[in-house]
Amino acid sequence: MDMALILAKANYWGYVILLLIGLYALISKNNLVKKIIGMVIFQTAVILFYITIAVKKGGNIPITPHGKGYVVEAANFMNPLPHVLMLTAIVVGVATLGVALALAIKVYKQYGTLEEDEINAMIREQ
Amino acid sequence: MKILGWLTVLMCGALLIFNVSEFPDMGDANSPANSKQNLSEYFLKKAYHDTKVPNVVTAVLADYRGYDTMYETAVIFSAGLACFFLLRIFRKKGPKSRFYRHTPTGVTLRIDEGGKLPEESDVFKRIDSIWIPHDNIVRITCRLVVPFIQIFALYVIAHGHYSPGGGFQGGVLLGASIILIAVSNNLRAGIQRMSEKGAALMGSAGVLIYAGTAALCLLLGSQFLNYNALAKLLHIKPVVARYNGILIVEIGVALAVMAVMVWIYYNLSSAGKHDEGL
Amino acid sequence: MEREWIDVITLAIVIVCAIGAINVKDLLGASILLGAYSFLMCILWAVMGAVDVAFTEATVGAGVSTVFCVAAVFHTTRRTKD
Repeated sequence: MDMALILAKANYWGYVILLLIGLYALISKNNLVKKIIGMVIFQTAVILFYITIAVKKGGNIPITPHGKGYVVEAANFMNPLPHVLMLTAIVVGVATLGVALALAIKVYKQYGTLEEDEINAMIREQ
Repeated sequence: MKILGWLTVLMCGALLIFNVSEFPDMGDANSPANSKQNLSEYFLKKAYHDTKVPNVVTAVLADYRGYDTMYETAVIFSAGLACFFLLRIFRKKGPKSRFYRHTPTGVTLRIDEGGKLPEESDVFKRIDSIWIPHDNIVRITCRLVVPFIQIFALYVIAHGHYSPGGGFQGGVLLGASIILIAVSNNLRAGIQRMSEKGAALMGSAGVLIYAGTAALCLLLGSQFLNYNALAKLLHIKPVVARYNGILIVEIGVALAVMAVMVWIYYNLSSAGKHDEGL
Repeated sequence: MEREWIDVITLAIVIVCAIGAINVKDLLGASILLGAYSFLMCILWAVMGAVDVAFTEATVGAGVSTVFCVAAVFHTTRRTKD
């Protein structure tokens, strides 16, 4: 593949790689906090994808100048809609991170470890 | 589990990489999401005309997509509640022994269970048993920085119509200022500034301000969340009413987010005991 | 053209941070690397013109969520097998 072709879609490649890193951590890491970190990376990868969609070449930030008779040319500004959707997603993301960490603390209090295989072994013994 | 993980990752990766070439180029103004005659073009062209807010993101967030943001705030508040129910322990019994520092001499006292506990004062300061900060530089620098953070947070909330910012960012900054106090001193200093009850009340008050503004529009004979209806109440033009409606809603969001961030931090950093913490 | 290079370089550092956060054998280090990852991501978004999102990520992702992670690690353990 051509180098220019890869560079033209660089952000999409980055998004794919980050998504896969997050997915790998979610599935095959043994530690619960590592799993939560994987979840955060997964989520940020999806947000990166949405922000990449919104980019327009030579576009300005979506704060429109105003004045008498000024007509906004939509092609000159970034697409604001994905920004709005992702802004709320980030804040909800930190809330879910808090709940996930609370669950991890609860599990640690119960079993004294964060490793999934040790927890599974203890559950089987009971 | 490792093999299963690699297998899933490789399969998903192959699918995604196979499809990357189908995505539009970066910055393509004619891609499906950016092409003409869709919703975002309407937002860009009409947001200032409709609401007098130059920052299109704020206008869309609090006005056009008001329902979304309202339930988003509710989700954050319920996350705070979830942390509270998961972790909070109401046992009065603290740790077995408490540590106090006599400030003039710098002597540390350990008082075991059953001993007489001294009154908390400037002379006798209670310190954490695990982590004992005795760092005046950190503490005083943080105390100096906090008012500026809070002023900046208020600016971010109030100026969100014209510059990047708004309720979410300002609320998180306000919460972070209180978390900074709790980190640099100890958890009890943070709780003194903002109690758990205060956090819970402020969180619900924030959600209530948002939903109440929306319901007020309904009562005034318009649709839910249509701020135009506030014009009759405030004696202003409908466009300016929408501008002010966005401001009120952002304040509600900021209150809720600030309270919930502080509340989650209290529960996480002390594992629910609200006694000794990070 | 310059802008694209900033994009690509930041993205590369972001990916390195993500791999580091997953692989480092210390949970406190992983939390701090996650904070660095979030802040670099915020720079990337600011370059891409999403100023509101970048601001939110700078306050939430790099600020508060790192503190949450450190608080949780403080109450559990730093030890990890992978």
